[in-house]
Amino acid sequence: MSDPTDQPRSGSADQPRSGQIVRPYGDTTGDGMVQLSFTLPIEHSKVAEGAAEQLANKMGMDPALVVHAKPMGQGFTFFVVYGRVSHLVDTSKVEVVERDFPLLTPKEANAAIKQSLRRRLVVVGACIGTDAHTVGIDAILNIKGFAGEKGLEYYREIKVVNLGAQVSVPELVEAARTERADAVLVSQVVTQRDAHLLNTREMSAAFREAYPAASRPLLVVGGPRFNEGMAAELGVDRVFSRGTTPGEVASYLVHRATHGRDGAPQSTSSILAAPKEKAS
Amino acid sequence: MTTTSRLGIEATDVRRARTLASEVGQPIVDLARQHTTVSVERATLRLAGLAGADPDGTPWVNRLADVVRADTGLEHGVALPVWDAMVRGEAEDLMTLAQKAAAGSVTFRLPEGQDAVAARAAARSSVGAGIARVDRQRAAREQMIATVGDAPRKPWIYLIVATGDIHEDIPQAQAAAREGADVIAVIRSTGQSLLDFVPEGATREGFAGTYATQENFRLMRAALDETSRELGRYVRLTNYASGLCMPEIAALAGLERLDMMLNDSMYGILFRDINPIRTFVDQRFSRQVHARAGIIINTGEDNYLTTADAVEAAHTVTTSQLLNEFFAKEAGLEDWQLGLGHAFEIDPEVPDSFRLELAHAMLARELFPDAPLKWMPPTRHMTGDIFRGYLLDGFFNLVGALTGQGILLVGMMTEAVVTPWISDRDLALQNVRYVMNAAGRLHEDFHPAPDGFIADRARHVLGEAIGLLEQIRDDTDESGDPPLLAAIADGTFGLMKRPADKGRGLDGVARKAPGYYNPATEVLDGENLDGES
Repeated sequence: MSDPTDQPRSGSADQPRSGQIVRPYGDTTGDGMVQLSFTLPIEHSKVAEGAAEQLANKMGMDPALVVHAKPMGQGFTFFVVYGRVSHLVDTSKVEVVERDFPLLTPKEANAAIKQSLRRRLVVVGACIGTDAHTVGIDAILNIKGFAGEKGLEYYREIKVVNLGAQVSVPELVEAARTERADAVLVSQVVTQRDAHLLNTREMSAAFREAYPAASRPLLVVGGPRFNEGMAAELGVDRVFSRGTTPGEVASYLVHRATHGRDGAPQSTSSILAAPKEKAS
Repeated sequence: MTTTSRLGIEATDVRRARTLASEVGQPIVDLARQHTTVSVERATLRLAGLAGADPDGTPWVNRLADVVRADTGLEHGVALPVWDAMVRGEAEDLMTLAQKAAAGSVTFRLPEGQDAVAARAAARSSVGAGIARVDRQRAAREQMIATVGDAPRKPWIYLIVATGDIHEDIPQAQAAAREGADVIAVIRSTGQSLLDFVPEGATREGFAGTYATQENFRLMRAALDETSRELGRYVRLTNYASGLCMPEIAALAGLERLDMMLNDSMYGILFRDINPIRTFVDQRFSRQVHARAGIIINTGEDNYLTTADAVEAAHTVTTSQLLNEFFAKEAGLEDWQLGLGHAFEIDPEVPDSFRLELAHAMLARELFPDAPLKWMPPTRHMTGDIFRGYLLDGFFNLVGALTGQGILLVGMMTEAVVTPWISDRDLALQNVRYVMNAAGRLHEDFHPAPDGFIADRARHVLGEAIGLLEQIRDDTDESGDPPLLAAIADGTFGLMKRPADKGRGLDGVARKAPGYYNPATEVLDGENLDGES
């Protein structure tokens, strides 16, 4: 397999800007060959193979070659199809949402903390309000982790204090103070009557009351129904949504903790603490 | 196999390892016998037939046990106060008693003298009925295997379903069985291990898995019974007796005829931060139930390799297997019930990684010749490159064939990509079948060179395991805890330091008072003593 970045230059030299026009590569420049596998919920037959070819055609593969068809369980057939696509890809028009922090391995995260903080990074986590679903916070914090990544407990240089479920906001603030938390992680699963949003606002307001902006811990919330663009509105530093892995959270925390404490959210529209928000 | 070692392992080393495991384990057993937990007490109530939940979903066993605890404390056990109330005529049945207790209209007391004798007899009869049902389920399993037939070969093919919805799990499990699975495991919802209650009823929403509930157990077992008859082979069902409700889930598994349970002696402590004493007490009870129910346990050694380097930490697997074996046998489990875990998790970039895997798997096979062993596929080094993953799974299957593994968890090339699709499962089974067909009896010909790399490595790992067991045995802490607790507290196992006075569920532990009574442990311990004579 060749390096995917090592694409042969497209024959059509009509778009020589920063981008590149490419098409898939099988064994000859410009052949447009791709492979595809899928299952159709029908018994294996000539008709089934024809159906697979038709699907491949509709997906833009022409000609499409059904190279393998196999019955799988009752009423299912699995196909492997090879074929040519005529589509061109313009790399200058590719849009990617860039993460604003680098992804670190646990080793790199530990090294970064050691080097810049010279002590362990302290993370306090909780489910606040009446929410008893610790699934999210545990997936991020427990050593067991999530999606094949170990939780923050696994990081030698991170001290994790997991307060568990149904923690009140004052308890959380108190624990953050006692532990001298660098970051507070809050998970909210229950969304009835927007409880997750209300609880988060209450939490961020309380931290603003309790801390001068310069020393306030990073506030991070997560849960399946949060929108990652809501951080400013909720008065927190970061929102993580469905599918976030411990490694991403750790990388974010390390990035923020080791890149100066301009810890305020981008927006200053926060009702309670706007005047205090002077980044140090 | 025990007489001559293919790996050149000295019998004295094996004996030494087992002796050390029992020296390390025995003080923990003593500790477990001196304590009870809320979950052991609730499991006792479940065996007596108390089921269901209040309108908020809190199980009646929790409601009742909480009130009894508030009135008389946990240290005497709930049986005497509960059946004293029954004998006094506070309610006709346990459910009514629980409802009255929750409403505050019953006060519990610790009966004395003749009242205690009467309460004890009533408790024994009531809990005895549940244990009799566990016995009947065990007989029913044996009966069914005799009539419909057993899995045709070893290893048993173990497949997972995990939709979150029991009614979606059932057709998937039946399809997996038809495709060749001998064992179906229903993955639990993430985080259930940290709930201090067992959810109730058939559940349709879970997080990356389906809640373990009595009704879900019943529904799935009934469906697989149907499929077993259709296929002419008994399809086994697996769930998880772990976490804060381990004893209760074990009891439900026995009552509903589950066939295998994941049940590790230290997993909850190390990976879920559950209090060590809570875990060991709950462990012992749950293993006793499994022993009685004829359930095969699967231990969790694979977890050590997913958190630490699989080469460096190889001996921690052996150490844990030896400890799990000790705790299991002490609780009455027999060799055929010990699905001791291990896994294929060495970085494929490491030179000779396959030979190392083979050495570790052969070591496990030699140390535990009569245990089924549970062989877990690669997960850590499955990258999303499904083609490479498929090859890795093939090599995993080959080690399984070469070392006579009893239970083979089928690896999916889409590990870490998606929950398995129908095609992933089919391709994975083709992989297993090809290897078993092509090389299933290769172990008859395969003898590693006595001084070769594989035998050397196996001996080396056993030596390291013995060293670790010695280190644990000699461990101490300020409060004079058993050495294993001290070792767990000071981080002997990986990075995780788990002190005996910390962790979840500690408030649900009590040291037994004189006169503590539990009809379930009375029967289960009695069973145990008989077994030893």
